[in-house]
Amino acid sequence: MSIEVRNIKKQFGNFQALDDVNLDFPSGELVALLGPSGCGKTTLLRIIAGLEKADSGQVLFHGEDASERHVREREVGFVFQHYALFRHMTVFENIAFGLRVRPRATRPAEAEITRKVGELLDLVQLDWLANRYPAQLSGGQRQRIALARALAVEHKVLLLDEPFGALDAKVRKDLRRWLRRLHDELHITSIFVTHDQEEALEVADRVVLVNRGRVEQVGTPQEVVERPATSFVADFLDLHDHGPAWLIQAKIRHRGQVLWAAAPERRSA
Amino acid sequence: MSSTRTLLLSRHSVLPGFGLALGYTLLYLSLIVLIPLSATFVKAATLGWESFWQIVTAPRVVASLRLTFGASLVAATLNAVFGLLVAWVLARYEFCGKKLIDAFVDLPFALPTAVAGIALTALYAGNGLIGSLLEPQGIKVAFTPIGITVALTFIGLPFVVRTVQPVLEDLEAELEEAAACLGANRLQTFGRVVLPAVAPALLTGFALAFARAVGEYGSVVFIAGNMPMVSEIAPLLIITKLEQYDYAGATAIAVVMLIIAFVLLLAINVLQWWAGRRNAEDN
Repeated sequence: MSIEVRNIKKQFGNFQALDDVNLDFPSGELVALLGPSGCGKTTLLRIIAGLEKADSGQVLFHGEDASERHVREREVGFVFQHYALFRHMTVFENIAFGLRVRPRATRPAEAEITRKVGELLDLVQLDWLANRYPAQLSGGQRQRIALARALAVEHKVLLLDEPFGALDAKVRKDLRRWLRRLHDELHITSIFVTHDQEEALEVADRVVLVNRGRVEQVGTPQEVVERPATSFVADFLDLHDHGPAWLIQAKIRHRGQVLWAAAPERRSA
Repeated sequence: MSSTRTLLLSRHSVLPGFGLALGYTLLYLSLIVLIPLSATFVKAATLGWESFWQIVTAPRVVASLRLTFGASLVAATLNAVFGLLVAWVLARYEFCGKKLIDAFVDLPFALPTAVAGIALTALYAGNGLIGSLLEPQGIKVAFTPIGITVALTFIGLPFVVRTVQPVLEDLEAELEEAAACLGANRLQTFGRVVLPAVAPALLTGFALAFARAVGEYGSVVFIAGNMPMVSEIAPLLIITKLEQYDYAGATAIAVVMLIIAFVLLLAINVLQWWAGRRNAEDN
């Protein structure tokens, strides 16, 4: 399902969180909302999900205005930074939650729920954890369960709010590659929020750079790296020369491919 | 998960002073709770089984015990429902005068119980502000078991609010948002997500409110009317016996109250352990 965002404005007190944001998210793409903290990217994601209401503007799902629809009716999967798993339920029950709360008429039978949850546990490669409680899992495992829970209801959009933000560096890297492979399998329209340049450039089909409530640039990782539209983009992606440390380490990868590397001759720029 | 729940005594702990701390706890509990309570048992034992049984099965005593525990259970249940509501409002919403309302909740703690009793009686008596409205409808509150329940509800409210409120405040709003994203309506979110999370605290509040209500005397005697067999509570009966210098008889009733209260509180504790076990952080 495609998502369009039209003239979204949002203010918190005196602070302009979003200032006239217009964006298109084509169907089936994995898009990263990238920007420094406090730039409004999470607010935008929450407005798309319906968890927050915009002061003005529209959110269109598949060309239809969804601005007035309640979260429940938007049918959007949401993954939170701190997982938001239900602590008193087992992993199995967490994933089954969305199926169990359906109205009686559309609620799947118990056997169907069991099959479905088993399938999702296989998908996130945690099938042996079905009867554990969230407190017994590691951060990475919890986030994968949260993802399975969001996928269980088969919504056509998946929104992820800093999904790897609370994890340590190694797990982060593994998990974002895993998310990319998962997206290649499922092709569900996905938007994820991050403040980590490397993460956005490596995983996303497209990157939206946000700063102070405005969109600075939209493009493929290749485009934003090769032709940063504004000085903010160049600065935020660290494309300027940054001295010796960068000369050795700086390489930007997208899906295993080096997009950009700090070359010695670029130092003089 | 049960393997981590072995007996604490047998486990090595990095915290020093376990022996000292346990010894202190036992000594303190003995001095403050166990010795005075066992004195009641000793005193009651002077009666002999025959007369003990005769005293505690007297119709007037049985009626008073039934009234005390019945009214206390009803009051604690009312408090559990409406206390949860108050805690919810205080934990979840920001509004003008919230601090003031927050302070009101503690008033039943601070007020001398006799004052509360007199105030409630003045309100609910036939010529009182609320009583004069209810009486024409045929509802008599003061000097009936309903009045007793009102008084017990009044003094028990803070227990539920104060135990549930911090737990609700700690409960991330994200959990409710997640439930909504997954298609749950408000009722399902409350029943399946919020209530299980606050259940252990709610049970604690319920148990405290109940225990307090069972032992309550001051606020009840004014509004109860104290008619034998109808609106006479067990603590009052104990006082009556004491005034007649029937110490053994008084302790006999006390012993029965203690046993019933202990069994009920133990049952609540078991229930709470069962509810809390599912929330346990066993890492």
